[in-house]
Amino acid sequence: MSAKENNYGLIAEFKSVSGVVEASKKIRDEGYQEWDVLTPFPIHGLDEAMGLKRSKVPYFTFFGGLMGTTIATLMIWFMNAYDYPIIVGGKPFFSPIYPFPVIYELTILLAAFGTFFGMFITNKLPMHHHPVFEHNGFSRATDDHFWIVVECADPLFELEKTKKLLTDVGGIQITLLENK
Amino acid sequence: MAHVLTGEDRPKILDKVQQQNMPRPDLVENHRDFHWITEKICNPLEGPAPRWWWVSFIITSGVALFTFIGLTYLVSTGIGVWGLENPINWGWAIVNFVFWIGIGHAGTLISAILCLLKQKWRTSINRPAEAMTIFAVMCAGLFPLFHIGRIWFFWWLFPIPTANRIWPNFRSPLEWDVFAVSTYFTVSLLFWYMGMLPDLATIRDRAKTLHAKRPWRKYFYGIMSMGWRGSNRHWSNYEMAYLLLAGLATPLVLSVHTVVSFDFAVAVLPGWHTTIFPPYFVAGAIFSGFAMVLTLMLPVRAVCGLHDLITMHHIENMCKITLATGSMVGFGYSMEFFIAWYSGNPYEGFTFINRALGQYAWAYYIMITCNVISPQLFWFRRIRRNVALVWIITLVVNVGMWFERFVIVVTSLANDFLPSSWGYFSPTVVDIFTFFGTFGFFGALFLLFLRFIPMMAIAEIKAVTPQGDPHHPEHRKND
Repeated sequence: MSAKENNYGLIAEFKSVSGVVEASKKIRDEGYQEWDVLTPFPIHGLDEAMGLKRSKVPYFTFFGGLMGTTIATLMIWFMNAYDYPIIVGGKPFFSPIYPFPVIYELTILLAAFGTFFGMFITNKLPMHHHPVFEHNGFSRATDDHFWIVVECADPLFELEKTKKLLTDVGGIQITLLENK
Repeated sequence: MAHVLTGEDRPKILDKVQQQNMPRPDLVENHRDFHWITEKICNPLEGPAPRWWWVSFIITSGVALFTFIGLTYLVSTGIGVWGLENPINWGWAIVNFVFWIGIGHAGTLISAILCLLKQKWRTSINRPAEAMTIFAVMCAGLFPLFHIGRIWFFWWLFPIPTANRIWPNFRSPLEWDVFAVSTYFTVSLLFWYMGMLPDLATIRDRAKTLHAKRPWRKYFYGIMSMGWRGSNRHWSNYEMAYLLLAGLATPLVLSVHTVVSFDFAVAVLPGWHTTIFPPYFVAGAIFSGFAMVLTLMLPVRAVCGLHDLITMHHIENMCKITLATGSMVGFGYSMEFFIAWYSGNPYEGFTFINRALGQYAWAYYIMITCNVISPQLFWFRRIRRNVALVWIITLVVNVGMWFERFVIVVTSLANDFLPSSWGYFSPTVVDIFTFFGTFGFFGALFLLFLRFIPMMAIAEIKAVTPQGDPHHPEHRKND
């Protein structure tokens, strides 16, 4: 069991897009949960091949947008109708119509912030230290090669069995990553 | 599924109909591989700065000094150093503001609207276009900020408690503008930064080996890339966030120039008080923005040898958008005339006749020539494929769009209801200095962008190549 405690997982290299997609489908079908694919660019269809669920980012966007509308409406009401009302052009002190552009802009602004930070929160970024960074070939994961990492934390992980699976699906240069 | 006709129901003509073989042009020419794309885009910011870069940077920084001098003189003296006087209190400052904001429209249009429309060709031009957007909005922001006179109170524009106990007036289009422009700037910045995250990680990973002697690069790009490791679990959230930002930026890009046009349309001045302003301003903004993208990217393409990434197909597409929006602008001009006559309003009618025949007729005809006539040349394939000519036409379009704003702002103010208060606007040296310098400021920022940030979306370009698409027929063949 020491392999599970000291190590992060097994990493295998793939050289083509279709190769990594096909391999992912097999690993998904084996029932692995704690595994990942490192790619230099988003690959169309890889989410299904990995069996990933739909992203949670839209909830953050919606919450941000809702906050934007609410904050903008309350702010304008407070400033122009409650705290210091001034008559301008015979217009009402508050109405949802006249400040519509401001409410609209703030809705978009906070929804955009929600999306932006939602992406970082769901991805648990920034994370400047990660075992895969220690791998020698990693720099090609942001260039032209593809990697599959199966974590030791996965209940199905068994060193020899997983290594064989990665070889069978076409992975090369299979390396054990240490948990530093 | 279409119903397939068989037997006697099937018209004879169908046998003669052949499917047209119209393959989509490659977005990356010469079958370049992933590593070539990485090298091509990363090299300009990894090697020593080439001489052309230093020469251009010194020139543009020198030009930027003119803005600095102009604004320093203005702050130390007063707003009167600009050629503003009754009745023309919105002179070049607002013309320049609208001009630069308009230029800033192409970036978000390319990254947001073209993303939603699945126009894959946008991938090689979206990064520089977004950079251009951000820098153009910075240039634009200078003018209204200094036009308020007491720049040190600029924060009164924002809803922040002040000693006056008074709040901004949200009924005013000028206040809407503050929100529209600052939201646009912020969202464009978020979009730009998020889009470059994977590419910054590429630079970070290359810096470890390439620039072992310059560790600052590793740390700088390392911190900026937030520990991106290309995980597909991350890409899944990232792609969703990108799509959502595109969806949010689309109504935003349409709203910004709409709100800018409200500054005019809400006033009662003849020539301004029209409902056509929002769509016609937005079309004009996209028109000038695309022209500016071409103006900047054609020289960069030539100098950095990016011909395989920005292909003739890309250039032709941009020319076609310029043609379409230019024609919309032309339609806007003719519609303004029609409505001026059709409304039966004598002041409105006079304003438009005065634009074409009055004291500013010279500006009006420059506008028509540059904006309506010159883009029509893009109907011809031979002209769209002639890079030098395209570049010249885009310059002409930029000149024309500046004159459009000049015509709108100045002619309406100079000759309004009361002939006794008519005037003629002339810019002062300070006006000219300040505006001239913004081109230097814009250029210098753009050059810094080329040196420090991957100038194209590396990851996105790889994703639209045939070998990046697992469903591409060519890919199947190789397996």
